[in-house]
Amino acid sequence: MCLAIPARVIRVDGDKAQVDFGEGVLREVNVTLVDAKVGDYVLVHAGYAIQTLEEKDALETLALWKEILAAEKE
Amino acid sequence: MTEKLQFRDPALAREIAQKIRETALKDEQVKFCHVCGTHEWTITHYGLRSLLPQNVEVIAGPGCPVCIVPAAEIDEAVQLAQKGVVITCFGDVLRVPGSNMSLLEAKAAGADVRVVYSVSDAVEMAKREKDKEFVFFAVGFETTAPATAVEVLGKPPENFSFLVSHRLIPPAMELLLGVGDLNISGFIAPGHVSAIIGLKPYELFPRVYRMPTVVAGFEPIDVLMGIYMLLKQLAEGAARLENEYSRVVKWEGNPRALQMMSQAFAVTGGNWRGIGRLPNSALRLRDEFRAYEAREKFNVHVEQGKDILLGCECHLVIIGKIKPDECPMFMKACTPAKPVGACMVSSEGTCRVWATTATRSTK
Ligand code: SF4
Repeated sequence: MCLAIPARVIRVDGDKAQVDFGEGVLREVNVTLVDAKVGDYVLVHAGYAIQTLEEKDALETLALWKEILAAEKE
Repeated sequence: MTEKLQFRDPALAREIAQKIRETALKDEQVKFCHVCGTHEWTITHYGLRSLLPQNVEVIAGPGCPVCIVPAAEIDEAVQLAQKGVVITCFGDVLRVPGSNMSLLEAKAAGADVRVVYSVSDAVEMAKREKDKEFVFFAVGFETTAPATAVEVLGKPPENFSFLVSHRLIPPAMELLLGVGDLNISGFIAPGHVSAIIGLKPYELFPRVYRMPTVVAGFEPIDVLMGIYMLLKQLAEGAARLENEYSRVVKWEGNPRALQMMSQAFAVTGGNWRGIGRLPNSALRLRDEFRAYEAREKFNVHVEQGKDILLGCECHLVIIGKIKPDECPMFMKACTPAKPVGACMVSSEGTCRVWATTATRSTK
């Protein structure tokens, strides 16, 4: 039940936002808990965005993995 | 976001699995514990246990927020429903056994019990149907509690109240360390709970208990990486708090969510099904929101319930002492279609996850 799913914000209207879960699945979610702007990714849990996600952070994770693995090779 | 594809790259997964095998101390039995139903799902669904060396085990702790709701609180919800109040809840909660019946059984007997996707849907219903009383049965860990807080603070209509059953994860992790023969060597901390609470609440595990702790995400590579990071700490003889899921989990968590939670709720002791009472592990509405406290509004208080049915081993499954298939009822008397215990009811329950996953490794 603690699963949260990333979605892209396509419209913000006060504390509500229309988000896109991909493949055309749109939904209205509550964004009181985050600062969400159009184009941002948010993590949605039970109808509430609980965190914003940045593409750069996602890429950093990949970089971190590679770094940890590479460090071992030396 | 390109996240999905890259975060499941099989070649990368194999590389990490190889690292895990190289790093695991050969002669030592190692047992890592996660506390999240979604972690268990990823681990069983992707067969991750089969990638681990024989001496590295990953067990599931009390990570299912639905499974640990004590029967007494289900009984309270059932009693409210029987008083003619509309109970709104998440779908997972419907079939959780109470002492005498589940909410689903109460519904079948004529009570108005409605499944909602979010607490705000429940509030909307109450605004539309002003002639009825609505109660939201607020179940969930720190991932879910902030949403309830938003609605508590948002001045819901007068015909709306809350049956708060939220629980906090760190006290349950601390409990596991006290279970004598469990012998945990490290924690995989839950990603989405941590998105809210941040890393600070876990600091005591390495510092006080010398327990390596890694916050991990939910893609298979996240979990493998988390295991690898724990094994590295063990190999170094270190105990640190590390964050594998930094793309989502910040050190400070979500400060606004934490702020709203502490405005709406006070921390209190609470019962956990299969575990018993844990101090500082539950949330209750603060006194100024008493008017929204369903237990008081409708005078419903159940102290003790029947948590575990005879023969069900949920209390052992919940703390990771046994695996589901060590319960004699597993997939015999107890199946997803006819669940006996709470662990078979919720999609996050360990028994349910094992029952519905083909690639399950029984290791
Ligand atoms: S298999 Fe069923 S009866 Fe056995 S522990 Fe799990 S939920 Fe309880």
